[in-house]
Amino acid sequence: MDFLRPASWEEALAAKAEHPTAVPIAGGTDVMVEINFDHRRPEYLMDLNRVGELAEWEVGEETVRLGASVPYTRIMDHLRAELPGLALAAHTVASPQIRNRGGVGGNLGTASPAGDAHPALLAAGAEVEVVSVRGTRMIPVDAFYTGVKRNALAPDELIRAVHIRKADGPQQFAKVGTRNAMVIAVCAFGLALHPETRTVRTGIGSAAPTPVRATAAEEFLNAALEEGGFWDSGKVVTPSVAKRFAQLCSAACNPIDDVRGTASYRRHAIGVLARRTLTWTWESYRTAERKGGVA
Amino acid sequence: MRVNFTVNGRPQEADDVWEGESLLYVLRERLGLPGSKNACEQGECGSCTVRLDGVPVCSCLVAAGQAEGREVVTVEGLAEYARERAGGTPAQDSGLAPIQQAFLDAGAVQCGFCTPGLLVAADEMLERNPTPSDADIREALSGNLCRCTGYEKIMDAVRLAAARQSEGV
Ligand SMILES: Cc1cc2nc3c(=O)[nH]c(=O)nc-3n(C[C@H](O)[C@H](O)[C@H](O)COP(=O)(O)OP(=O)(O)OC[C@H]3O[C@@H](n4cnc5c(N)ncnc54)[C@H](O)[C@@H]3O)c2cc1C
Ligand code: FES
Ligand code: FES
Repeated sequence: MDFLRPASWEEALAAKAEHPTAVPIAGGTDVMVEINFDHRRPEYLMDLNRVGELAEWEVGEETVRLGASVPYTRIMDHLRAELPGLALAAHTVASPQIRNRGGVGGNLGTASPAGDAHPALLAAGAEVEVVSVRGTRMIPVDAFYTGVKRNALAPDELIRAVHIRKADGPQQFAKVGTRNAMVIAVCAFGLALHPETRTVRTGIGSAAPTPVRATAAEEFLNAALEEGGFWDSGKVVTPSVAKRFAQLCSAACNPIDDVRGTASYRRHAIGVLARRTLTWTWESYRTAERKGGVA
Repeated sequence: MRVNFTVNGRPQEADDVWEGESLLYVLRERLGLPGSKNACEQGECGSCTVRLDGVPVCSCLVAAGQAEGREVVTVEGLAEYARERAGGTPAQDSGLAPIQQAFLDAGAVQCGFCTPGLLVAADEMLERNPTPSDADIREALSGNLCRCTGYEKIMDAVRLAAARQSEGV
Protein backbone atom coordinates (compact mmCIF):
# COMPACT_ATOMS: atom_id res chain seq x y z
CA MET A 1 0.00 0.00 0.00
CA ASP A 2 1.07 3.58 -0.68
CA PHE A 3 -0.03 6.56 1.35
CA LEU A 4 -0.63 9.65 -0.80
CA ARG A 5 -0.67 12.95 0.97
CA PRO A 6 -1.65 15.74 -1.42
CA ALA A 7 -1.13 19.18 0.11
CA SER A 8 -3.59 20.97 -2.16
CA TRP A 9 -6.76 20.33 -4.15
CA GLU A 10 -4.82 20.47 -7.45
CA GLU A 11 -2.38 17.89 -6.14
CA ALA A 12 -5.24 15.68 -5.03
CA LEU A 13 -6.87 15.82 -8.48
CA ALA A 14 -3.55 15.07 -10.17
CA ALA A 15 -2.91 12.14 -7.84
CA LYS A 16 -6.40 10.71 -8.46
CA ALA A 17 -5.87 11.04 -12.23
CA GLU A 18 -2.55 9.25 -12.00
CA HIS A 19 -3.85 6.57 -9.61
CA PRO A 20 -7.56 6.09 -10.32
CA THR A 21 -7.69 3.13 -7.89
CA ALA A 22 -6.56 5.35 -5.00
CA VAL A 23 -9.07 5.33 -2.15
CA PRO A 24 -9.62 8.81 -0.70
CA ILE A 25 -9.78 8.97 3.08
CA ALA A 26 -11.38 11.96 4.80
CA GLY A 27 -12.76 11.26 8.27
CA GLY A 28 -11.90 7.61 7.81
CA THR A 29 -15.00 6.47 9.68
CA ASP A 30 -16.01 4.18 6.81
CA VAL A 31 -12.62 3.51 5.20
CA MET A 32 -10.73 2.59 8.37
CA VAL A 33 -13.36 0.10 9.49
CA GLU A 34 -12.90 -1.71 6.18
CA ILE A 35 -9.12 -1.66 6.46
CA ASN A 36 -9.09 -2.71 10.14
CA PHE A 37 -11.24 -5.72 9.28
CA ASP A 38 -9.30 -6.51 6.15
CA HIS A 39 -12.33 -6.00 3.92
CA ARG A 40 -10.34 -3.61 1.82
CA ARG A 41 -6.67 -3.46 0.89
CA PRO A 42 -6.37 -0.49 -1.43
CA GLU A 43 -3.20 -0.09 -3.43
CA TYR A 44 -3.21 3.61 -2.59
CA LEU A 45 -4.75 5.44 0.32
CA MET A 46 -5.11 9.16 -0.32
CA ASP A 47 -5.42 11.46 2.69
CA LEU A 48 -7.67 14.47 2.06
CA ASN A 49 -7.19 16.06 5.50
CA ARG A 50 -4.42 18.33 4.27
CA VAL A 51 -6.68 19.91 1.64
CA GLY A 52 -7.96 22.75 3.82
CA GLU A 53 -10.76 24.02 1.57
CA LEU A 54 -12.57 20.68 1.77
CA ALA A 55 -13.31 21.45 5.43
CA GLU A 56 -14.73 24.91 4.67
CA TRP A 57 -18.17 26.14 3.62
CA GLU A 58 -19.58 29.24 1.97
CA VAL A 59 -23.08 30.55 2.53
CA GLY A 60 -24.33 32.09 -0.73
CA GLU A 61 -27.59 33.74 -1.81
CA GLU A 62 -29.42 30.53 -2.66
CA THR A 63 -27.21 27.70 -1.56
CA VAL A 64 -24.58 26.62 0.91
CA ARG A 65 -21.46 25.25 -0.73
CA LEU A 66 -20.47 22.65 1.84
CA GLY A 67 -16.91 21.33 1.51
CA ALA A 68 -16.79 17.54 1.21
CA SER A 69 -15.02 16.99 4.53
CA VAL A 70 -16.79 19.48 6.80
CA PRO A 71 -17.43 17.31 9.87
CA TYR A 72 -21.01 16.72 11.04
CA THR A 73 -20.24 18.54 14.30
CA ARG A 74 -19.56 21.72 12.33
CA ILE A 75 -22.80 21.40 10.41
CA MET A 76 -24.73 21.04 13.68
CA ASP A 77 -22.94 23.99 15.29
CA HIS A 78 -22.82 26.45 12.40
CA LEU A 79 -25.36 25.63 9.70
CA ARG A 80 -28.53 24.83 11.63
CA ALA A 81 -30.33 27.92 10.31
CA GLU A 82 -29.42 27.41 6.65
CA LEU A 83 -29.58 23.61 6.59
CA PRO A 84 -31.93 22.54 9.38
CA GLY A 85 -32.73 19.13 7.90
CA LEU A 86 -29.10 18.23 7.41
CA ALA A 87 -28.21 19.51 10.89
CA LEU A 88 -30.89 17.27 12.41
CA ALA A 89 -29.67 14.30 10.38
CA ALA A 90 -26.05 15.02 11.33
CA HIS A 91 -27.00 14.93 15.00
CA THR A 92 -28.27 11.36 14.63
CA VAL A 93 -25.02 10.06 13.13
CA ALA A 94 -23.15 7.70 15.47
CA SER A 95 -21.45 9.55 18.34
CA PRO A 96 -19.57 12.79 19.03
CA GLN A 97 -16.23 11.17 18.16
CA ILE A 98 -17.54 9.99 14.78
CA ARG A 99 -19.30 13.28 14.08
CA ASN A 100 -16.04 15.13 14.76
CA ARG A 101 -14.44 13.27 11.84
CA GLY A 102 -17.08 12.10 9.40
CA GLY A 103 -18.80 14.32 6.86
CA VAL A 104 -21.12 14.49 3.91
CA GLY A 105 -18.43 13.82 1.28
CA GLY A 106 -17.68 10.48 2.91
CA ASN A 107 -21.38 9.69 3.28
CA LEU A 108 -21.79 10.32 -0.48
CA GLY A 109 -18.61 8.38 -1.27
CA THR A 110 -19.93 5.34 0.59
CA ALA A 111 -23.44 5.93 -0.81
CA SER A 112 -24.99 3.50 1.66
CA PRO A 113 -28.78 3.51 1.47
CA ALA A 114 -28.62 3.98 5.26
CA GLY A 115 -26.45 7.12 5.12
CA ASP A 116 -28.22 9.78 7.16
CA ALA A 117 -27.22 12.79 5.07
CA HIS A 118 -29.02 11.48 1.99
CA PRO A 119 -32.69 11.98 2.97
CA ALA A 120 -31.86 15.51 4.13
CA LEU A 121 -30.01 16.34 0.89
CA LEU A 122 -32.81 14.92 -1.24
CA ALA A 123 -35.46 16.88 0.66
CA ALA A 124 -33.57 20.17 0.67
CA GLY A 125 -32.45 19.89 -2.94
CA ALA A 126 -28.73 19.61 -3.62
CA GLU A 127 -26.10 19.19 -6.30
CA VAL A 128 -22.80 17.39 -5.88
CA GLU A 129 -19.77 19.25 -7.23
CA VAL A 130 -17.58 16.57 -8.70
CA VAL A 131 -14.15 17.42 -10.09
CA SER A 132 -11.33 15.77 -11.99
CA VAL A 133 -8.42 17.08 -14.02
CA ARG A 134 -10.86 16.89 -16.93
CA GLY A 135 -13.21 19.43 -15.39
CA THR A 136 -16.19 19.92 -13.09
CA ARG A 137 -19.62 18.27 -13.13
CA MET A 138 -22.63 19.34 -11.09
CA ILE A 139 -24.68 16.22 -10.39
CA PRO A 140 -28.18 16.59 -8.92
CA VAL A 141 -28.14 14.52 -5.75
CA ASP A 142 -31.14 12.50 -7.00
CA ALA A 143 -28.93 11.22 -9.82
CA PHE A 144 -25.85 10.67 -7.68
CA TYR A 145 -26.93 7.35 -6.15
CA THR A 146 -26.72 4.67 -8.82
CA GLY A 147 -27.07 1.43 -6.84
CA VAL A 148 -26.44 -0.20 -3.47
CA LYS A 149 -23.27 1.57 -2.28
CA ARG A 150 -22.64 2.86 -5.79
CA ASN A 151 -22.46 6.42 -6.95
CA ALA A 152 -21.95 8.44 -10.11
CA LEU A 153 -18.25 9.20 -9.54
CA ALA A 154 -15.82 8.30 -12.33
CA PRO A 155 -12.56 6.70 -11.16
CA ASP A 156 -10.58 9.92 -11.56
CA GLU A 157 -13.15 12.14 -9.86
CA LEU A 158 -13.34 13.55 -6.35
CA ILE A 159 -16.16 15.31 -4.53
CA ARG A 160 -15.23 18.91 -3.95
CA ALA A 161 -18.44 20.10 -2.28
CA VAL A 162 -22.20 19.78 -2.08
CA HIS A 163 -24.35 22.75 -3.02
CA ILE A 164 -27.42 22.58 -0.83
CA ARG A 165 -30.42 24.87 -1.23
CA LYS A 166 -30.80 27.10 1.83
CA ALA A 167 -33.98 26.36 3.72
CA ASP A 168 -36.91 28.61 2.79
CA GLY A 169 -39.24 26.82 5.19
CA PRO A 170 -39.33 24.22 7.95
CA GLN A 171 -37.44 20.94 7.51
CA GLN A 172 -37.46 17.71 9.50
CA PHE A 173 -35.55 14.47 9.69
CA ALA A 174 -36.64 11.35 11.55
CA LYS A 175 -34.93 8.01 11.93
CA VAL A 176 -35.99 4.66 13.33
CA GLY A 177 -33.41 2.77 15.39
CA THR A 178 -33.02 0.87 18.63
CA ARG A 179 -31.60 3.76 20.62
CA ASN A 180 -30.45 7.33 20.14
CA ALA A 181 -26.70 7.01 19.74
CA MET A 182 -24.66 4.80 17.45
CA VAL A 183 -27.53 3.55 15.39
CA ILE A 184 -27.61 2.68 11.73
CA ALA A 185 -31.06 3.63 10.50
CA VAL A 186 -33.68 0.91 10.20
CA CYS A 187 -35.21 3.56 8.00
CA ALA A 188 -35.17 7.34 7.87
CA PHE A 189 -37.21 10.13 6.38
CA GLY A 190 -36.44 13.74 5.50
CA LEU A 191 -39.05 16.34 4.62
CA ALA A 192 -38.67 19.97 3.55
CA LEU A 193 -41.38 22.53 2.95
CA HIS A 194 -40.47 25.05 0.28
CA PRO A 195 -43.01 27.89 0.72
CA GLU A 196 -41.30 30.02 -1.95
CA THR A 197 -42.15 27.52 -4.66
CA ARG A 198 -45.06 26.05 -2.73
CA THR A 199 -43.60 22.61 -2.99
CA VAL A 200 -42.70 19.80 -0.63
CA ARG A 201 -39.70 17.52 -1.08
CA THR A 202 -38.91 14.22 0.59
CA GLY A 203 -36.03 11.82 1.07
CA ILE A 204 -36.23 8.18 2.14
CA GLY A 205 -33.28 6.35 3.70
CA SER A 206 -32.68 2.63 4.25
CA ALA A 207 -35.88 1.53 2.54
CA ALA A 208 -34.72 0.99 -1.05
CA PRO A 209 -31.45 0.01 -2.77
CA THR A 210 -30.55 3.71 -2.87
CA PRO A 211 -31.78 6.79 -1.08
CA VAL A 212 -34.87 7.95 -2.97
CA ARG A 213 -37.48 10.68 -3.11
CA ALA A 214 -41.15 9.80 -2.84
CA THR A 215 -42.01 11.72 -6.00
CA ALA A 216 -45.60 10.52 -6.36
CA ALA A 217 -46.24 11.48 -2.74
CA GLU A 218 -44.69 14.91 -3.32
CA GLU A 219 -46.86 15.50 -6.42
CA PHE A 220 -49.98 14.44 -4.59
CA LEU A 221 -49.27 16.70 -1.61
CA ASN A 222 -48.24 19.67 -3.76
CA ALA A 223 -51.54 19.46 -5.64
CA ALA A 224 -53.62 18.91 -2.50
CA LEU A 225 -52.04 21.87 -0.68
CA GLU A 226 -52.44 24.11 -3.71
CA GLU A 227 -56.04 23.14 -4.43
CA GLY A 228 -57.08 23.51 -0.81
CA GLY A 229 -55.40 26.91 -0.51
CA PHE A 230 -53.40 25.62 2.46
CA TRP A 231 -50.31 27.73 1.80
CA ASP A 232 -52.34 30.93 2.07
CA SER A 233 -54.77 29.93 4.79
CA GLY A 234 -52.21 28.12 6.91
CA LYS A 235 -54.94 25.76 8.07
CA VAL A 236 -54.27 22.29 9.43
CA VAL A 237 -53.57 19.65 6.78
CA THR A 238 -56.66 17.47 6.40
CA PRO A 239 -56.11 14.04 8.02
CA SER A 240 -57.15 12.27 4.82
CA VAL A 241 -54.49 14.22 2.89
CA ALA A 242 -51.80 13.38 5.44
CA LYS A 243 -52.86 9.74 5.37
CA ARG A 244 -52.73 9.52 1.58
CA PHE A 245 -49.31 11.23 1.60
CA ALA A 246 -48.06 8.66 4.12
CA GLN A 247 -49.39 5.78 1.99
CA LEU A 248 -47.66 7.12 -1.11
CA CYS A 249 -44.38 7.50 0.82
CA SER A 250 -44.66 3.86 1.93
CA ALA A 251 -45.33 2.90 -1.66
CA ALA A 252 -42.12 4.63 -2.77
CA CYS A 253 -40.10 2.16 -0.68
CA ASN A 254 -38.53 -0.95 -2.10
CA PRO A 255 -37.04 -2.39 1.07
CA ILE A 256 -35.44 -5.67 2.04
CA ASP A 257 -35.59 -7.87 5.13
CA ASP A 258 -32.36 -7.71 7.10
CA VAL A 259 -31.08 -7.93 10.68
CA ARG A 260 -32.29 -4.42 11.43
CA GLY A 261 -35.88 -4.90 10.28
CA THR A 262 -38.25 -6.51 7.84
CA ALA A 263 -39.35 -4.99 4.55
CA SER A 264 -42.94 -4.66 5.71
CA TYR A 265 -41.91 -2.96 8.94
CA ARG A 266 -39.80 -0.47 6.99
CA ARG A 267 -42.68 0.31 4.63
CA HIS A 268 -44.98 0.83 7.58
CA ALA A 269 -42.49 2.93 9.54
CA ILE A 270 -41.79 5.23 6.57
CA GLY A 271 -45.50 6.00 6.43
CA VAL A 272 -45.50 6.86 10.13
CA LEU A 273 -42.41 9.07 9.79
CA ALA A 274 -43.87 10.78 6.73
CA ARG A 275 -47.07 11.69 8.53
CA ARG A 276 -45.17 12.82 11.63
CA THR A 277 -42.66 14.99 9.82
CA LEU A 278 -45.46 16.52 7.74
CA THR A 279 -47.33 17.41 10.92
CA TRP A 280 -44.22 18.88 12.56
CA THR A 281 -43.13 20.96 9.61
CA TRP A 282 -46.63 22.13 8.77
CA GLU A 283 -47.17 23.19 12.39
CA SER A 284 -43.99 25.31 12.25
CA TYR A 285 -45.10 26.81 8.94
CA ARG A 286 -48.55 27.67 10.34
CA THR A 287 -47.08 29.18 13.49
CA ALA A 288 -44.69 31.33 11.47
CA GLU A 289 -47.52 32.37 9.14
CA ARG A 290 -49.73 33.37 12.03
CA LYS A 291 -46.92 35.49 13.45
CA GLY A 292 -46.91 37.19 10.09
CA GLY A 293 -43.39 36.19 9.18
CA VAL A 294 -42.08 33.85 6.53
CA ALA A 295 -41.10 30.50 7.97
CA MET B 1 6.54 4.80 6.20
CA ARG B 2 7.62 7.18 8.90
CA VAL B 3 5.17 9.32 10.86
CA ASN B 4 6.15 12.38 12.89
CA PHE B 5 3.68 13.91 15.27
CA THR B 6 3.36 15.30 18.77
CA VAL B 7 2.02 13.11 21.53
CA ASN B 8 1.26 14.59 24.93
CA GLY B 9 3.45 17.57 24.15
CA ARG B 10 6.48 15.58 22.98
CA PRO B 11 7.60 15.12 19.38
CA GLN B 12 7.42 11.46 18.40
CA GLU B 13 8.64 9.53 15.42
CA ALA B 14 7.21 6.17 14.46
CA ASP B 15 9.07 4.07 11.93
CA ASP B 16 8.06 1.20 9.64
CA VAL B 17 4.43 2.17 9.95
CA TRP B 18 2.21 0.19 7.59
CA GLU B 19 0.21 2.59 5.39
CA GLY B 20 -3.13 1.16 6.51
CA GLU B 21 -2.25 1.22 10.19
CA SER B 22 -4.43 3.13 12.64
CA LEU B 23 -3.26 5.85 14.99
CA LEU B 24 -4.38 3.58 17.84
CA TYR B 25 -1.99 0.84 16.74
CA VAL B 26 0.89 3.26 16.45
CA LEU B 27 0.24 4.65 19.93
CA ARG B 28 -0.06 1.26 21.57
CA GLU B 29 2.36 -0.93 19.67
CA ARG B 30 5.03 1.47 18.41
CA LEU B 31 5.13 4.25 20.99
CA GLY B 32 4.49 2.19 24.10
CA LEU B 33 1.37 4.10 25.12
CA PRO B 34 -1.17 1.38 25.90
CA GLY B 35 -3.56 3.69 27.79
CA SER B 36 -5.85 4.05 24.78
CA LYS B 37 -7.65 0.73 24.58
CA ASN B 38 -8.46 -1.40 21.59
CA ALA B 39 -11.85 -3.05 21.98
CA CYS B 40 -13.70 -2.93 18.69
CA GLU B 41 -11.59 -1.23 16.02
CA GLN B 42 -14.78 0.03 14.40
CA GLY B 43 -15.67 3.23 16.20
CA GLU B 44 -18.41 1.67 18.30
CA CYS B 45 -16.97 1.69 21.80
CA GLY B 46 -14.90 4.86 22.26
CA SER B 47 -12.27 3.12 24.40
CA CYS B 48 -9.60 4.39 21.97
CA THR B 49 -10.67 8.05 22.26
CA VAL B 50 -7.81 10.56 22.02
CA ARG B 51 -7.68 14.24 21.13
CA LEU B 52 -6.41 15.08 17.67
CA ASP B 53 -5.58 18.79 17.50
CA GLY B 54 -7.88 19.14 20.50
CA VAL B 55 -10.83 17.25 19.02
CA PRO B 56 -11.99 13.93 20.53
CA VAL B 57 -11.79 11.16 17.93
CA CYS B 58 -11.65 7.38 17.80
CA SER B 59 -7.96 6.74 17.20
CA CYS B 60 -8.82 3.35 15.67
CA LEU B 61 -10.43 5.22 12.75
CA VAL B 62 -7.61 7.69 12.09
CA ALA B 63 -5.01 6.45 9.63
CA ALA B 64 -1.57 6.87 11.19
CA GLY B 65 -0.45 8.97 8.22
CA GLN B 66 -3.28 11.40 8.85
CA ALA B 67 -1.70 12.28 12.21
CA GLU B 68 1.48 13.53 10.52
CA GLY B 69 2.45 16.91 11.98
CA ARG B 70 -0.52 17.00 14.31
CA GLU B 71 -0.97 17.01 18.08
CA VAL B 72 -2.37 14.05 19.94
CA VAL B 73 -3.30 13.87 23.61
CA THR B 74 -3.88 10.45 25.15
CA VAL B 75 -4.99 9.48 28.64
CA GLU B 76 -1.31 9.25 29.60
CA GLY B 77 -1.00 13.00 29.00
CA LEU B 78 -4.32 14.02 30.48
CA ALA B 79 -3.04 15.14 33.89
CA GLU B 80 -0.38 17.34 32.34
CA TYR B 81 -2.88 18.69 29.80
CA ALA B 82 -5.35 19.56 32.55
CA ARG B 83 -2.60 21.17 34.60
CA GLU B 84 -1.55 23.43 31.73
CA ARG B 85 -5.14 24.34 31.00
CA ALA B 86 -5.55 25.38 34.64
CA GLY B 87 -2.67 27.80 34.16
CA GLY B 88 0.07 25.56 35.48
CA THR B 89 -1.29 25.06 38.95
CA PRO B 90 0.20 21.86 40.30
CA ALA B 91 -1.75 18.69 39.69
CA GLN B 92 -3.56 17.17 42.64
CA ASP B 93 -1.33 15.47 45.17
CA SER B 94 -2.07 12.26 43.36
CA GLY B 95 -0.68 13.65 40.11
CA LEU B 96 -4.01 12.94 38.47
CA ALA B 97 -6.23 15.19 36.39
CA PRO B 98 -9.36 16.33 38.26
CA ILE B 99 -11.54 14.12 36.08
CA GLN B 100 -9.35 11.10 36.94
CA GLN B 101 -9.58 11.86 40.65
CA ALA B 102 -13.35 12.22 40.37
CA PHE B 103 -13.66 8.82 38.66
CA LEU B 104 -11.74 7.23 41.54
CA ASP B 105 -13.68 9.09 44.23
CA ALA B 106 -17.06 8.27 42.68
CA GLY B 107 -16.22 4.61 42.15
CA ALA B 108 -16.69 4.95 38.40
CA VAL B 109 -13.98 2.44 37.54
CA GLN B 110 -14.60 -1.29 37.59
CA CYS B 111 -12.62 -3.34 35.08
CA GLY B 112 -11.28 -0.04 33.74
CA PHE B 113 -11.23 -0.92 30.09
CA CYS B 114 -13.58 1.88 29.09
CA THR B 115 -12.06 4.39 31.50
CA PRO B 116 -9.31 6.01 29.38
CA GLY B 117 -11.71 6.85 26.58
CA LEU B 118 -14.34 8.14 28.98
CA LEU B 119 -11.76 10.30 30.76
CA VAL B 120 -10.60 11.92 27.53
CA ALA B 121 -14.17 12.51 26.34
CA ALA B 122 -15.41 13.80 29.71
CA ASP B 123 -12.41 16.08 30.19
CA GLU B 124 -13.00 17.66 26.79
CA MET B 125 -16.67 18.23 27.57
CA LEU B 126 -15.85 19.97 30.86
CA GLU B 127 -13.39 22.19 29.02
CA ARG B 128 -16.14 23.26 26.58
CA ASN B 129 -19.04 23.19 28.97
CA PRO B 130 -18.09 23.69 32.64
CA THR B 131 -21.68 23.41 33.89
CA PRO B 132 -23.16 20.49 31.97
CA SER B 133 -26.69 19.22 32.48
CA ASP B 134 -27.20 15.47 32.80
CA ALA B 135 -28.39 15.48 29.20
CA ASP B 136 -25.16 17.21 28.12
CA ILE B 137 -23.10 14.58 29.93
CA ARG B 138 -25.03 11.70 28.39
CA GLU B 139 -24.69 13.24 24.95
CA ALA B 140 -20.95 13.87 25.32
CA LEU B 141 -20.35 10.31 26.51
CA SER B 142 -22.76 8.64 24.08
CA GLY B 143 -19.85 7.32 22.02
CA ASN B 144 -18.29 5.46 24.96
CA LEU B 145 -19.52 2.05 26.03
CA CYS B 146 -19.05 0.55 29.50
CA ARG B 147 -19.98 -3.05 30.16
CA CYS B 148 -19.51 -2.90 33.93
CA THR B 149 -20.78 0.14 35.74
CA GLY B 150 -24.24 0.77 34.35
CA TYR B 151 -23.08 4.37 33.83
CA GLU B 152 -24.60 5.81 37.02
CA LYS B 153 -21.25 6.11 38.81
CA ILE B 154 -19.75 7.56 35.66
CA MET B 155 -22.45 10.22 35.69
CA ASP B 156 -21.68 10.83 39.38
CA ALA B 157 -17.99 11.20 38.58
CA VAL B 158 -18.54 13.77 35.87
CA ARG B 159 -20.98 15.74 38.03
CA LEU B 160 -18.40 15.65 40.84
CA ALA B 161 -15.62 16.89 38.56
CA ALA B 162 -17.87 19.67 37.27
CA ALA B 163 -18.81 20.72 40.80
CA ARG B 164 -15.19 20.73 41.96
CA GLN B 165 -14.17 22.66 38.86
CA SER B 166 -16.74 25.37 39.50
CA GLU B 167 -15.72 25.61 43.17
CA GLY B 168 -12.13 25.91 42.03
CA VAL B 169 -11.09 22.92 44.14
C1 LIG C 1 -19.45 3.41 14.74
C2 LIG C 1 -19.97 4.05 13.48
C3 LIG C 1 -21.26 4.49 13.42
C4 LIG C 1 -21.76 5.09 12.26
N1 LIG C 1 -23.03 5.55 12.27
C5 LIG C 1 -23.51 6.19 11.18
C6 LIG C 1 -24.82 6.74 11.19
O1 LIG C 1 -25.52 6.69 12.21
N2 LIG C 1 -25.25 7.35 10.05
C7 LIG C 1 -24.48 7.44 8.94
O2 LIG C 1 -24.92 8.01 7.94
N3 LIG C 1 -23.24 6.92 8.91
C8 LIG C 1 -22.74 6.30 9.99
N4 LIG C 1 -21.47 5.78 9.96
C9 LIG C 1 -20.71 5.82 8.71
C10 LIG C 1 -19.79 7.03 8.51
O3 LIG C 1 -19.48 7.66 9.71
C11 LIG C 1 -20.41 8.04 7.54
O4 LIG C 1 -20.70 7.43 6.31
C12 LIG C 1 -19.49 9.25 7.31
O5 LIG C 1 -20.25 10.25 6.66
C13 LIG C 1 -18.27 8.95 6.47
O6 LIG C 1 -17.51 10.12 6.35
P1 LIG C 1 -15.90 10.07 6.42
O7 LIG C 1 -15.39 11.42 6.12
O8 LIG C 1 -15.45 9.46 7.67
O9 LIG C 1 -15.62 9.07 5.21
P2 LIG C 1 -14.36 8.18 4.84
O10 LIG C 1 -14.36 6.93 5.61
O11 LIG C 1 -13.12 8.99 4.87
O12 LIG C 1 -14.73 7.88 3.32
C14 LIG C 1 -15.91 7.17 2.99
C15 LIG C 1 -15.96 6.90 1.48
O13 LIG C 1 -16.05 8.11 0.74
C16 LIG C 1 -14.93 8.28 -0.09
N5 LIG C 1 -14.59 9.71 -0.05
C17 LIG C 1 -14.38 10.48 1.06
N6 LIG C 1 -14.18 11.77 0.69
C18 LIG C 1 -14.27 11.81 -0.66
C19 LIG C 1 -14.15 12.86 -1.63
N7 LIG C 1 -13.92 14.15 -1.27
N8 LIG C 1 -14.29 12.55 -2.94
C20 LIG C 1 -14.55 11.26 -3.31
N9 LIG C 1 -14.68 10.23 -2.45
C21 LIG C 1 -14.54 10.51 -1.13
C22 LIG C 1 -13.86 7.36 0.46
O14 LIG C 1 -12.95 6.94 -0.51
C23 LIG C 1 -14.70 6.20 0.97
O15 LIG C 1 -15.06 5.38 -0.08
C24 LIG C 1 -20.94 5.21 11.11
C25 LIG C 1 -19.62 4.76 11.18
C26 LIG C 1 -19.12 4.20 12.34
C27 LIG C 1 -17.71 3.75 12.40
S1 FES D 1 -11.53 0.61 19.58
FE1 FES D 1 -11.90 2.49 18.62
S2 FES D 1 -13.97 2.83 19.05
FE2 FES D 1 -13.68 0.82 19.84
S1 FES E 1 -15.48 -0.38 33.87
FE1 FES E 1 -15.49 -2.20 32.73
S2 FES E 1 -16.11 -1.50 30.78
FE2 FES E 1 -16.41 0.21 31.98
